[in-house]
Amino acid sequence: MATLEEKIEETRRLGLQVVKETEEDRLMTLSIGPQHPGSGHFRFTVKVDGDYIVYCDPDPGYVHRGEEKMCEYRNVIQNIPHLERPVIHDSTNVTYSYSLAVEDLMGIQVPRRGQFIRAIASEMNRQVYTLYWLAIYGIFLGHSTMFMWPAGDRELFIDLLERLTGARVTHAYNIPGGVRNDMPEGFKQRCLDHINYFEKRLKEYEDIFYNMPLFRQRTEGVAVLSKEDAVKLGVTGSVLRASGVPYDIRKVEPYDVYNEIDFKVQYMKTGDSFARSYVPFLDMKESCHIMRQLLDKMPQSGEVRTKLQPNPKGPAGEAYRRVESGRGALGYHIVSDGTPKPYRVKISVGSFRNMLALPFLLVGNKLADMPAVYWSLNYWPVEADR
Amino acid sequence: MASYIESFRFGEFIGSVLWLVFWILIIFSLVGLPLLFIVLFYVPLPPLGDEPLTPYLFLTMIVDPTRTIPIIKYMIHTDLFRVAAFPGFTYAALFAAVTIFVERKFLAKMQLRYGPLYVGKIEGWLQLAADGLKLISKEIIVPAAADKPIFWAAPIAFVSVAAAAAALIPVAPGWVVADIDVGIIAVFAIFGFFPLIALLFSWASNSKYPFIGGLRALHQIIAFEIPFIISALSVVILAGTLNLTGIVESQIASYWFVFFLPISAFVFYLSSLAELERIPFDLPEAESEIVAGWITETSGMIYGLIQLGTYLKLYALAALFVVLFLGGWSGPIIFPQEIIPGYTGEKIYNPVTLSAIFWFTIKTFGVIMLMLLPRGISPRIRIDILLHTGWYKLIVLSFINMFVALALIYGGILGPEGLLVR
Repeated sequence: MATLEEKIEETRRLGLQVVKETEEDRLMTLSIGPQHPGSGHFRFTVKVDGDYIVYCDPDPGYVHRGEEKMCEYRNVIQNIPHLERPVIHDSTNVTYSYSLAVEDLMGIQVPRRGQFIRAIASEMNRQVYTLYWLAIYGIFLGHSTMFMWPAGDRELFIDLLERLTGARVTHAYNIPGGVRNDMPEGFKQRCLDHINYFEKRLKEYEDIFYNMPLFRQRTEGVAVLSKEDAVKLGVTGSVLRASGVPYDIRKVEPYDVYNEIDFKVQYMKTGDSFARSYVPFLDMKESCHIMRQLLDKMPQSGEVRTKLQPNPKGPAGEAYRRVESGRGALGYHIVSDGTPKPYRVKISVGSFRNMLALPFLLVGNKLADMPAVYWSLNYWPVEADR
Repeated sequence: MASYIESFRFGEFIGSVLWLVFWILIIFSLVGLPLLFIVLFYVPLPPLGDEPLTPYLFLTMIVDPTRTIPIIKYMIHTDLFRVAAFPGFTYAALFAAVTIFVERKFLAKMQLRYGPLYVGKIEGWLQLAADGLKLISKEIIVPAAADKPIFWAAPIAFVSVAAAAAALIPVAPGWVVADIDVGIIAVFAIFGFFPLIALLFSWASNSKYPFIGGLRALHQIIAFEIPFIISALSVVILAGTLNLTGIVESQIASYWFVFFLPISAFVFYLSSLAELERIPFDLPEAESEIVAGWITETSGMIYGLIQLGTYLKLYALAALFVVLFLGGWSGPIIFPQEIIPGYTGEKIYNPVTLSAIFWFTIKTFGVIMLMLLPRGISPRIRIDILLHTGWYKLIVLSFINMFVALALIYGGILGPEGLLVR
């Protein structure tokens, strides 16, 4: 038997060109996004060897809108409506930490009733966001009922928020000094009705989706992110909690009224795709519990807002505050030079941190696992680009 | 919803309708009738009883409808009618159309929404016609690097192969397009074409995602073809014939085979879902992973043809399930012996055939509903789990029932002069 080298030598002697197959020749490069139905406003390039992903390169930036720069041309009140654009489904939480930071900067005290209403609105908005996320997770795994049900049940909280704020999606409700307006008549009862109905629906979600053997087969043990890796990569929110770190900003840095509320931080220890998809679901359950307490403890009357000057300005200085949004810690670092317009606003979002774990988790998995891993990271492309 | 123009006058409307009727009558008698006579003069007409059918006789049928019965009787026994209308393409395509509509409404009800609602006023029943018109009017985009002849031929081949499978299914006693002795083998031979077409089309598209989808289709259909065939084999053992009509008749002589071979029926059902590329086995078209799989580059009527082919295939497989396990057309005769009492002329009304068609349609529709159900409750499964299910679990399961079938035959319970044969 002739060895490979001899064969090549012989072929060369015949005057034919010989090219050795390299490792790269085996790979197929796929560009997932920005026009792929499974990517969102985002692109990541993957290289597959057969059915396995061997390389992944996330490429965000398709919807960069320069939110941080825009903040420098408007005063602190005018900044509210455009700051909620990156995550319109979670707009109350996005403006929450901004308002907290501005209040720190200017030394404003929010009335107690205003603090409660803020917390209620932000819990509701977290539900809206998580339901939307869950709907997309369902359709990414080919489960069309799980797309329709959460997308329909979002209406419960959208309806409440519409009554509360006047807008369905982008509310611009949190402002420095409190909230824009008081609750309408009979809001508490309606809210309790919706929460009761929603809790029944959550049980049905569990039956049709989380307890489905086919779903468990697809997600359990897939793309495990260990506790150490999660801390090293700096992921946050549900991704961090799924890896076994009970870290919730509402608990570790309680803001406004959250230190008066009794709730547990939901976390799981496995750190796989299933845990990452189940923790937001547990959060939704806990959030119903929190909302009930907030509605009970809320003062029945009082101011909801500290009136500010028309063009408010505070002393020069800087402030950093963060809240627990649907995707994890969401912080604003505001530097002021004493003028009405901020000197610099830096937004720190959970999505971007979670996206950094994507190549780490995706490499070594099958192409079919891509949607299950990618969307379990609780990543919102528009927010990451800001 | 309806809106009227402001200057609407009912009298004017009636007047214009009468005017229209007048002109239609004038044009028909001056142009239409001579044209009809010219056509009838040149077209050879079938013999009507003893006398040959003349254009004059043909016209008398307009005034006396009973005279049309012999010609209808002649027409429905031609091969053209069988291939084109019933039980051939039109019947299957009608089934496909009803299935698409029912699927959309059924899924919508499951998911707490309405589904099609506006086209055709009543529950959106004309939605499919609107979708078809839209697909026809759309531009067909062929990728520049595509292999054009195969790209054009594959969708047409897909529909024709699906229709060929449907043509082998007996719908009622004597009502089958092609009644061949090796019917069941012919069906499997025809189903063997589908992965080939999927792979050819995906290769011809010359694009990455279709290529992955085509390979997935090939893996999946081959993995599920073996349990598919073995589960049908146990039916052949029980019936003792490969002819589909014979299989139905042997079930009428004993009992439906689903009672003896429940595992085979289950395996057959699962394998047909995989053959059909329906959820949970829709990996070749997995949207969030590989865009639309092997049909990514389809557009306009090419996409429409592939959809039509898929639903024809759904009908063929559901009908095959009915023929193999649910006793085909067997069922009580529910139509009365005669509709007009005392009528002694020539008849086309046959209660036995009508009941057979009725039962067959009802059963097939039930099986189709069963095949639509997983779409509402199940996510898509992964390729390695799918192959594992196909090669390890389903093949073993289908073998179990083959031994059950052999035991039933050699134990003298079924088969020639068995205990349970009536």
